[in-house]
Amino acid sequence: MRHQVGVKYTVLAALLAAVFGSTALQAQDKAGVPAQKKAASAPAGEQFFPVLSYRTGAYAPNGVPFANGYVDYLKLVNARDGGINGIKITFEECETGYATDRGVECYERLKGKSPTGATLFHPLSTGITFALTDKSFTDKIPIITPGYGRADSMDGTVFAWNFPLGGTYWTSSDMLVQHIGKKEGGLDKLKGKKIALVYHDSPYGKEPIPLLQERQKMHGFELLLLPVTHPGVEQKATWLQIRQQRPDYVLLWGWGVMNSTSIKEAVATGYPREKMYGVWWSGAEPDVTPAGEGAKGYNALTFLAPAGQGAVHKDILKFVHAKGEAAGNKEGFGEVLYNRGMTNAMMSVEAVKRAQIRYGKKPLKGEEVRWGLENLAIDAAAIKRLGFEGFMAPISTSCVDHEGGSAAQIHTWDGSKWVVEPGMLQPDMSIIKPMIRASAEKYAAEKKIVKRDCAKETS
Amino acid sequence: MIYRENGQFKSSYAADQQMLPIGQDRVFMVALLVFVFAVLPAVLGDYVFLSLLIPFLILTIAAIGLNLLVGYCGQISLGHAAFMAVGAYAAYNLVLRVPQLNFLLVLVLAGLVAAAVGLVFGIPSLRIKGLYLGVATLAAQFFIDWVFARVKWFTNYAHSGSVQTAPIEMFGWTIDSPVEKYVFLLSLLIVFTLIAKNLVRSHIGREWMAMRDMDVAAEVIGIRPVYAKLTAFAVSSFYCGIAGALWGFMHLGAWEPLAFNLTLSLNLLFMIIIGGMGSVLGCYFGAAFIVVLPIVLNQVPAWIGFPISTAMASHLEFMIFGALIVFFLVVEPNGLARLWAIGKEKLRLWPFPH
Amino acid sequence: MNKNTPFIAVCVALLVGLVLPLATGASAPGFYVEVLLGGLMAGVLYSLVALGFALIFKASGVFNFAQGAMVLFAALAVARLAERMPLWAAILVGIVIMTLLAWFIERLVLRPLVNQDPIALFMATLGVTFFLDGFGQTVWGSDIYKIELGMTKEPVLVLQNLFQGGILVNGEDFVAAIVAAALVGGLALFFQYTPTGRALRAVADDHQAAQSIGIPLNRMWVIVWAVAGVVALVAGVIWGSKLGVQFSLSQVALKALPVVILGGFTSVTGAIVGGLIIGVGEKMAEVFLGPVLVKAFDLAGGGIENWFAYVLALVFLLVRPQGLFGEKHIDRV
Repeated sequence: MRHQVGVKYTVLAALLAAVFGSTALQAQDKAGVPAQKKAASAPAGEQFFPVLSYRTGAYAPNGVPFANGYVDYLKLVNARDGGINGIKITFEECETGYATDRGVECYERLKGKSPTGATLFHPLSTGITFALTDKSFTDKIPIITPGYGRADSMDGTVFAWNFPLGGTYWTSSDMLVQHIGKKEGGLDKLKGKKIALVYHDSPYGKEPIPLLQERQKMHGFELLLLPVTHPGVEQKATWLQIRQQRPDYVLLWGWGVMNSTSIKEAVATGYPREKMYGVWWSGAEPDVTPAGEGAKGYNALTFLAPAGQGAVHKDILKFVHAKGEAAGNKEGFGEVLYNRGMTNAMMSVEAVKRAQIRYGKKPLKGEEVRWGLENLAIDAAAIKRLGFEGFMAPISTSCVDHEGGSAAQIHTWDGSKWVVEPGMLQPDMSIIKPMIRASAEKYAAEKKIVKRDCAKETS
Repeated sequence: MIYRENGQFKSSYAADQQMLPIGQDRVFMVALLVFVFAVLPAVLGDYVFLSLLIPFLILTIAAIGLNLLVGYCGQISLGHAAFMAVGAYAAYNLVLRVPQLNFLLVLVLAGLVAAAVGLVFGIPSLRIKGLYLGVATLAAQFFIDWVFARVKWFTNYAHSGSVQTAPIEMFGWTIDSPVEKYVFLLSLLIVFTLIAKNLVRSHIGREWMAMRDMDVAAEVIGIRPVYAKLTAFAVSSFYCGIAGALWGFMHLGAWEPLAFNLTLSLNLLFMIIIGGMGSVLGCYFGAAFIVVLPIVLNQVPAWIGFPISTAMASHLEFMIFGALIVFFLVVEPNGLARLWAIGKEKLRLWPFPH
Repeated sequence: MNKNTPFIAVCVALLVGLVLPLATGASAPGFYVEVLLGGLMAGVLYSLVALGFALIFKASGVFNFAQGAMVLFAALAVARLAERMPLWAAILVGIVIMTLLAWFIERLVLRPLVNQDPIALFMATLGVTFFLDGFGQTVWGSDIYKIELGMTKEPVLVLQNLFQGGILVNGEDFVAAIVAAALVGGLALFFQYTPTGRALRAVADDHQAAQSIGIPLNRMWVIVWAVAGVVALVAGVIWGSKLGVQFSLSQVALKALPVVILGGFTSVTGAIVGGLIIGVGEKMAEVFLGPVLVKAFDLAGGGIENWFAYVLALVFLLVRPQGLFGEKHIDRV
């Protein structure tokens, strides 16, 4: 018996030693001692793209296709073009599970991974974006948040490192209100109407509220705010309230399993799906397919990018999938979120290309890539050349404007696929700009940030 | 042979009651302090500080707080992350609204606010006990989360419900680099460890332990349960409040109520169970284990040259984490602190065990 | 003053709260009935999960946090198996899987931990929860899966001539309620009339006495965990058919915790009654009390149902520490 106890403790102690010992090893690795070794293995230099993804947990149904698209495009650039102007792309995935603390840990782990450090980060979560924004000022690594993140971060003078390329929650909610106004026959017809916002109870879901309240004051509609708690599978009470209040429209600001649950509950309470409008994160295949037939008629915004396959998909099939290198079993290929992941990767790669013009064809630091992001100009011709025709609207950024213009369309689920309605929507920037300025000023004051002077920097 | 107490005679009560009665332990402690204060900052990189050491130091404070309540006083709480949230938001509002306050004072005040809230939620412990109380403390968890998500004043009317902090400044010292944060937190942790160590061997600590071992019997010998239980709740929440403020200001920088959710509460519980209930040292072990394990598990496949998809790695992480917890409970239900004690005992006899 | 006065006062206050929206005219009668039905439906599902808790606690004294994970695991198994075979076969295989799982848990977790602190056992089930969450997603995948019970999802309006606007009901909900009632009835018969059931009750009453008259404790534990697994499977299938099967399901099951403290850890009746009270209470609170609170305190949205269940349970505990139907525990020195 005595002997047995000894064995037990030896095993335990060995286990513990293994866990902590490996950390010590890793700590040494991180201390930068073997940095030369790393550099030696990559003589030509590589451009390192960290990939924050979530393939598990409550948000996996949406996280998986996005990550697949993002990674597949990076692989395509390596396989088809031999990297970005000859500079090979390396990447590493880190699972955040959509949790802020895990996201921050991933960021810290990956930000110094290669000699030049991380190129840029796509946090893929508004919560993580908030936390990383705080760190970007010292680390000088750009944070790209196409269509999510902080709405006020489009002001490049305060948020020097944030790039909500192509849209924010203020532009998206503005477009939705405009679209609803159009359906009613003019924005002035919104008076007395009731619009409900069913939102994910997190920074993501709360972000559009200020703009909707601003629009509410302008047009005199009634705004109902209905939060849904993470992860969003329990919405009975929310939809009972909708049944009671009978809003004319429901805006859906959900993510992950919350979206499909909302549509199912709408079916169960008999709310017409035609009157439901999702933001661009609530309008992908995993959101509607679980609801089956009931999702027919549901609408959502779409930008970067609608479903479907274009020239770039052919390349991916040929250069990546044919070689058996597809990320995640080709899950979601050609779907909304896959395409969005791909588009995001493309914009990142284009930013590096742009920065190479100024800094030379070598691996670039995050600080240098920022210049590329601030001088990004993807016009219609470039979109066509890259094989993304029909998947995005042109984008052109500057030191002051980190969004680069926003445009989106509405698409409707017909029971088997998304049908895009013709006609681009555009936000009314005369409303949004003053709000951005006020919010950015408040942030700068709270964080004691010195604003950039863009006039001096552009060269 | 080296580690034994022969020949170390105590000639006063004070000497007999000191914290480290064995001379070798004192030498070891001094060496350890020199190591963590002087050597570690010189050799380690930012990643280790930011992702391992800083969370470890803060969570150790929280774990000590929880251990005072659960391990020493025997009152189970599943909602201690909520008291961390109270501390964090209290500190945020104090810094925002009274900017001239010194941060140390802010910390203490934040801790006091958390203690007050902890007192209120400790009241049910006078009526209910055991696992019933554990689930009842979940009410604190969910209610407090909700309050901070809903009452706009607490977040300074931030439209997204997320708050952010500026780097801390005190006595003209701006704590913004990882090493500075580490040194600051380490000093705090040492202070709080000393306080906790002394609390549990003072009369109040003995009252708590009497409550834990058998409340009816304790009452019979004249310990007031109201006083003992509520002080435990207050002190425990005070610790967690301070840990929460540090978690927000030093580790996260920007946070939303979700940062202090049930998962964090459960992780705190794991820490004290794995580390050892009723042991301050165990909190260190437990916190280290819980901070390090997921990160190691996450990276093991890559090190051993066996690349698997991130999804698989993450699932494996869940499974191994769960399995390890069960394994530890089965092999050593008294936690790592007990293991440490056994190791010391063996060392005392080594190399002649018989 | 009667010892029960505070308890009666709380019950009365709750009843008044229940009828207040109707009495003050805050709600149309038809809508009120809909909320009530919605609450009852949610309550049935909470009850099913809570039932699993109560069964296990009664027989083995373990507070099984993993019940939610078991619901998810069972639902995932049925959903994925049903893609390859008919639903009834998938459910049968699912039952076999849950029984195996129960055996593994008993062998690997409970038996080595016998005679430990309740909190150690509780933590062990937390470990099981993590394991099952990871294992389930590895084996079955982490996408959203469907379980089709073959019922229409479109609601129907009934009683239009009685209430203005009629009442919207879902056939699915009624089937779920009937299934749940059948399950509870079946369990009651099992416990009352089969030898195994009697043995289980004996174990629940007194472990040592049961063992001394020759009831094999370990086997009883396997059986009770298997029964809890089957209950989890039923809950998972019903819930999954309504909401889809995905990882998040295991978190909804957290709502069963206030149900068991409200009803009393050891009482099957308590689990059912508690579930219904919590279900109705939180839906009523969210729909009728929520907007009032939001207006009064200028809150950023309602969502009070997150904590309402817990606070309700806490209030009950304060006036009745053993829960509604729990056994009163007397401490002796």
